[in-house]
Amino acid sequence: MPSTLTSVWSLINHFLEWFGDLAFFAWEVARSAVRRPYEGRELIRQLDEIGSRSLPLVALAGAAIGAVLSLESRDSLVRFGAKSMLPAALVYSIIRETGPIVTGLVVSGRVGAGIGAELGSMKVTEQIDAIEASGVNPFKFLAFTRIVACILMLPLLTLAADFCGVLFGWIAETLVEPVSFLRFINKGFVGASFSDFLAPTFRTAVFGLIIGMIGCFQGMRTKGGTAGVGFSATSSVVLSSLFVILADVILVKFILVFFP
Amino acid sequence: MRHPEQKTLLAGEESAATPAIESAGGKSDGPAVILRGLHKSFDSQIVLDGIDLTVEDGETLAVLGRSGTGKSVLLKLIIGLQKPDSGSICIHGQEITLLHLDAMNEIRKKMGFLFQQAALYDSLTVEQNVAFPLKRHTKMTKSERGDRVKELLASVGMEGDLKKMPSDLSGGMQKRVGLARALALDPGILLLDEPTAGLDPITSGEIDELILKLQAEHDMASIVVTHDLHSAKTIADRLALLHEGKVQIEGSFKELEKSDNEFVAEFLKRDS
Ligand SMILES: Nc1ncnc2c1ncn2[C@@H]1O[C@H](COP(=O)(O)OP(=O)(O)OP(=O)(O)O)[C@@H](O)[C@H]1O
Ligand SMILES: [Mg+2]
Repeated sequence: MPSTLTSVWSLINHFLEWFGDLAFFAWEVARSAVRRPYEGRELIRQLDEIGSRSLPLVALAGAAIGAVLSLESRDSLVRFGAKSMLPAALVYSIIRETGPIVTGLVVSGRVGAGIGAELGSMKVTEQIDAIEASGVNPFKFLAFTRIVACILMLPLLTLAADFCGVLFGWIAETLVEPVSFLRFINKGFVGASFSDFLAPTFRTAVFGLIIGMIGCFQGMRTKGGTAGVGFSATSSVVLSSLFVILADVILVKFILVFFP
Repeated sequence: MRHPEQKTLLAGEESAATPAIESAGGKSDGPAVILRGLHKSFDSQIVLDGIDLTVEDGETLAVLGRSGTGKSVLLKLIIGLQKPDSGSICIHGQEITLLHLDAMNEIRKKMGFLFQQAALYDSLTVEQNVAFPLKRHTKMTKSERGDRVKELLASVGMEGDLKKMPSDLSGGMQKRVGLARALALDPGILLLDEPTAGLDPITSGEIDELILKLQAEHDMASIVVTHDLHSAKTIADRLALLHEGKVQIEGSFKELEKSDNEFVAEFLKRDS
């Protein structure tokens, strides 16, 4: 019994220490961000790397979810005689929840692993030290640019996922029972307000912050050669997915309070 | 201060021992590098146990020592990549152990650093690697930068591999590109971690000549970690032999040869 207690205690300790280090890292990044130079060129490169290159995967995920949702909910809606609700149900669920969370998780996987592995291998081959030795602040050059790129790109990627979801939802529906896209959209967005759309989409900026921050943090504290790089990549994905889901729950509650 | 039996060949030692923090960070505020009582441990392992060294402008100091004595750690302390546990590091009269990041970066711009494993940016080409410090810290136009990069790479004999990626280079070639990158900003202080390790005698000779030339032309101070006694003899004004965390002996090659210290004798014996 005491041994489990001590191991739980050490786990808690470990977590608190990790969290403290993360907070310190966030502080370093924030502090470096307010000073010149602003690393515009590197930021653009990262926007492309993180944004444009995640687009195909995110679009595909959105499309699949849209088609599946459409097919699945059609069955149950028909059973309750509420078939005409299908477009609205689909649009509502994609925009409010499915689009954002699917984008968040897909990007956690692709970008989290990418950042963790890239910065991790830079760390163990002393490239981060080399950047520092040449008088460039690695917190800004490497971390800040990636975090900002994630924050800016996630809402845009979410829009893409939403769009593909609705589009493929319509395609799945129209194959069963032909309906024009315009009509589908009109029915889908009836009763939906702008805030239905705004809050969930911008919620994903927080996901971006989480993914970028954790990927950079895990990458830049990598220790111990190739195995360390593997660990950083894996732990970036695991931790950022975990925190994206946690943040989702918290933010949904939050948004329901402020945008009922 | 505690610098016991070592003989220092420099005048003005006592003024150097009290660093002037108030100096505006420019050059000519005393010696390029002064180390006093440097201690560094990792966990329970004591690596550096009171290092005192001074390097003047235009002077080259070769640091020798067995593998694992902390030569690389010493260089990393000087450029602030690691913090000493205690002791002082003065760069042109400025104490850097107390400096915050921005001020430290200003000083780093005046230093060139070659890592033991070259540490080239593996996502950039050879050309972009050497251009990196220029791009960051100068207002050069693209064509000026291109010329400078070609000139630097030519000086290390790498002008033919501009577009190659670091992973496609041999270890010695990476080392030479790393050296070109370290020289990019015309540093006043050059820190080289085994610049000629893994190079053939001819290329080593060329690198040695390059260091001598820069030393003469730019009044550059260099600290060169090396296992290559021949090269140390050629380029260094003074040599310092590190052993068990301390500077075992310091002086010109001739003075080291005359030493009756057993360890020093054994260390130098291998060469002849
Ligand atoms: N980041 C670190 N963490 C823990 N120990 C370290 C670290 N860096 C260096 N050391 C230890 O410090 C000692 C000196 O290392 P250093 O790399 O300076 O040796 P060196 O003199 O450069 O050797 P070589 O000639 O083989 O390059 C070694 O025992 C090493 O294990
Ligand atoms: Mg070394």
